[in-house]
Order: sequence, then structure tokens, then C-alpha cells
Amino acid sequence: MKAVLIGLGSVGRGVAEMIVKKNPRIIITGIADSKSGCICNEGIDLKSVLERKRREGVCGDRSVTADDVIRTAEYDVLIEVTPTNASTGEPALGYIRAALARKKHVVTSNKGPLAIAYHELTTLALKNNVSLRYEATVGGAIPIMHMIEDGLCGNEILAIYGVLNGTCNYILTRMAAEGLTYEQALMEAREMGYAEADPTYDVKGIDAAIKLVILVNTIWGDGLQLSDVDLTGIDLLTPDALRLAEEEDCTIRLIAEAIPRKKILRVSPRLIEKNHPLVVDGTLNALTLETDMAKEITLIGKGAGSIETASAIIGDILYIQQHHGKRT
Amino acid sequence: MKLEMKDSPGQLVAALKPISDVGGNIIAVIHQRDPDSSNHTLNVQIVLTLPEGRLDTLVTLLKEQGVHIQRIGKERLLYKRSVILIGHLMHTNLSDTIDTIDSTGFAEVCEISVSMPAINERSTSRVTIKATNKADMDAAIATLRKVAIQKSLLLIEPLEEVT
Repeated sequence: MKAVLIGLGSVGRGVAEMIVKKNPRIIITGIADSKSGCICNEGIDLKSVLERKRREGVCGDRSVTADDVIRTAEYDVLIEVTPTNASTGEPALGYIRAALARKKHVVTSNKGPLAIAYHELTTLALKNNVSLRYEATVGGAIPIMHMIEDGLCGNEILAIYGVLNGTCNYILTRMAAEGLTYEQALMEAREMGYAEADPTYDVKGIDAAIKLVILVNTIWGDGLQLSDVDLTGIDLLTPDALRLAEEEDCTIRLIAEAIPRKKILRVSPRLIEKNHPLVVDGTLNALTLETDMAKEITLIGKGAGSIETASAIIGDILYIQQHHGKRT
Repeated sequence: MKLEMKDSPGQLVAALKPISDVGGNIIAVIHQRDPDSSNHTLNVQIVLTLPEGRLDTLVTLLKEQGVHIQRIGKERLLYKRSVILIGHLMHTNLSDTIDTIDSTGFAEVCEISVSMPAINERSTSRVTIKATNKADMDAAIATLRKVAIQKSLLLIEPLEEVT
């Protein structure tokens, strides 16, 4: 199966490294990062591209753009792993549209386009008889979309709630364990590489809310947007709040929840018993699905990381290969 | 409740039966025979839950069985949940905040723990609310949620099991 890879940040490099290492019969015919690109319809030598990216910071010719790769290369799947833009979804949204319009499958880790244009993109994919898969957008390595789509097919999903942001979970874990202030725990998260220089997107709950919107649209197809989520972050929490929770054998976690029958769609810090399955430590993610037949199912796993995210992306590509294998 | 009854066969069972007759649920029965008891009576402590308004009926039924009730300790609301409030709690009149729960008639604040690290800094408090059942508790927390928005306080609610 032929694929083009757009984006060579941490996730893109992880995907390329794992394709080299595991050789899952995926031929990369085009690559682009923000500055350069290359196309070779017979297959690109990923090792040398990764080496060049490491040495020179580019992956190919500066005159070749991501758009060129998407519009002209020969491929079956677009692997779109550029950084998320939560307000416009661009440039990824344009890349995905262009690939779907060419009747190419799309695998993405990018939350922006899905949160903004879920209905448009899924409709376009359906019309052109191709797949749009985005396992990596929610819960990192946790195969939540596969679980919803395959594992629990036949079940009615009644509610979904969980810990979807590793940065917040790390900060809360450290505030509870060491009595740190929010500012101290955030600084530590930055030093560990778990928080961005501008942490707003994570600590205000926006990242968790976007993931919740993607899940809700996938499960119930409601066409909901980020602005529909009732949002409270963790940035105003005090060390006393965690101490007072601890006195009752509880702690505080940022919980994203969607319960359609109660019209609840919110992200907020919550008091939760310490032995609750959703109380996971550090940057882990955890997610509970409540269904009519299977009842409750909880998944726990790594919510971020280069190789962990590559796991979700490669899983999506191989899923397409298995289900649309004869198309090539 | 603490009961006193005749120490003769069948008395304890006779005293327990009216509890189920009025729809009560026995949580514990503590029965210690006092060897020095000279008046041939038996003291029994019973912990039970009763639907609202059935206590008078139970008392009447027990008296009919010849059981003497020594003491009744009542706890009216058994459904308890804690929330955390963060913000300028004193400047926004904490007692008024609590009163919005107490004045509902179906829920009340039974415990409060406040931490005030410094003047003009935000304080944090854990507020424990009692109600008769989950629906009343949800309504009480919804009331508190509105007050928290009005007073710009951060309310941290408990995560309830959905089912």
C-alpha cells in the first residue's frame, strides 16, 4: 500500500521510524514538512530522509510543498500528522479535503480538522468511498475508535467519560502527591516536556474538550462543536483543594464527560475517589464507555508520545489495508 | 434506637418484626446481655433506616409489643456528598452560599472545612451536603452550581457513577 506522509515532527518521525523498523508493507511515495518535500512514486528511502531531517532540518526539496505531494504523488493513503490548529484546522483541513477529493484514504492525528469539519469530511469520504481514520486524535495509543467501531459494535453507547489530557493529569498527580502549587506543578511539567510554553490549550481544558467533541461526533454523530462544551480548566485549583479531597480519600481529576440522556457535555475538574478506575497517575489517559450490553468498559494507556501515537496511526493504515486491500 | 424488653424467648424477634412491617431496613442489631441485670430485661440497640414519616407508626407498634424505647437518635438525611469551592468565599458571603442549600428543604450542609492561606488570596473549602436521595442531591448541587457562577467561585463537583 502506498502512502504519503505530511508532517515530520515528533509524531511523523515516530511513524517513519516504525515503518522502517517493522516493515508493515507500507511504501512511502511522498513526504513533506513545513519547509520542504519530496516525491518518488517507486518509494522513498525513509532512513535517509530521517537522517537528512535530523542533520539539516529538512526532508527534501524546498520547492516541493505539502500541497504538491498531496495533489501529484501516487498513493492510496494520506498520513496527515501536522500540528493541530484548534481555531481554523488549517493547513491540515485543506490537505485532508484535497486527498479525499482525489479519492484517497486519510489517516490523521490532527484534532483541528475533525473538531471543526467532522460532518463535511466524513460525508466527503463516504461519497468518494474512502476511509477517514483518526484513532490517534483521542487517547494517544488507546484504541478507543477501534473499540467503538468494532469491539463494541452492536452495543448502544450510553455515556462516555474519562481523563483525556495527560498534561493536566500530570499536574494534578503532582499537586496531590507533593502538595505543589498549580504553578510549581506546571513548571515541573514543562521541564519534563509534558507541557507547552503556552499551556492554555491544555490547562483550560480545551484539548480535552476537542477530543470529547471528536468522540461524541463519532459515537452519536451529533455535529457538535467545541463551543457546545461546558468548559472549566484546572488553572485555578489550589493545593488546599487537593488536600481537602485527600482527607476524604478522594482526589481531583480533569474529567471529560458526555451523557446525552442528561444533556451533559462538559470538561471540568472533579472530586473522585482515589480507588476509582479513572484515577490514573502521570500522563496516562483513561476512558470509560457505558453501554447497554457490555455495561462499563474502561481503557487505560499512554495518551501521548511519538511511538505511542505511531501505534495508533499504523493501526489505522493497516485497518484500511485489510478492509480496502483489493483497491490497489 | 435503644430498646428495653423482657428477657424471655421470642421477645427480640417480636421487637424486630414491626421494623420490616413499616418498610424499614435493619443495618445492625447490638445485643449484649448484662449479667448483673436484676430486673430480667434485655437492652438492645438497633440501627435502621426508615422511609420518611414512618417513625411514629413504628414507635406505636413497638409499644404494643411491650417494648420500652429508651432512646431514639435520628439522622434525617443519609445521602452525603462533598464538593469543593474555591474563590473569595468570605467576600462573597459564605453563609449566604450555604443558606442556598439549607433553604431548599430537601438538603442541608452538615460539614464545612475552610482554608484561608492569606488575606486577599482565594480560599478553599470542602462542603459536605446531606440529602434524602440522589435526585435531591443532584438538585442541591445544581443550585450550588448557579450560585458559584453568580459569585465567580470554582465549584468542584463529585464524579457520580452514571448508572
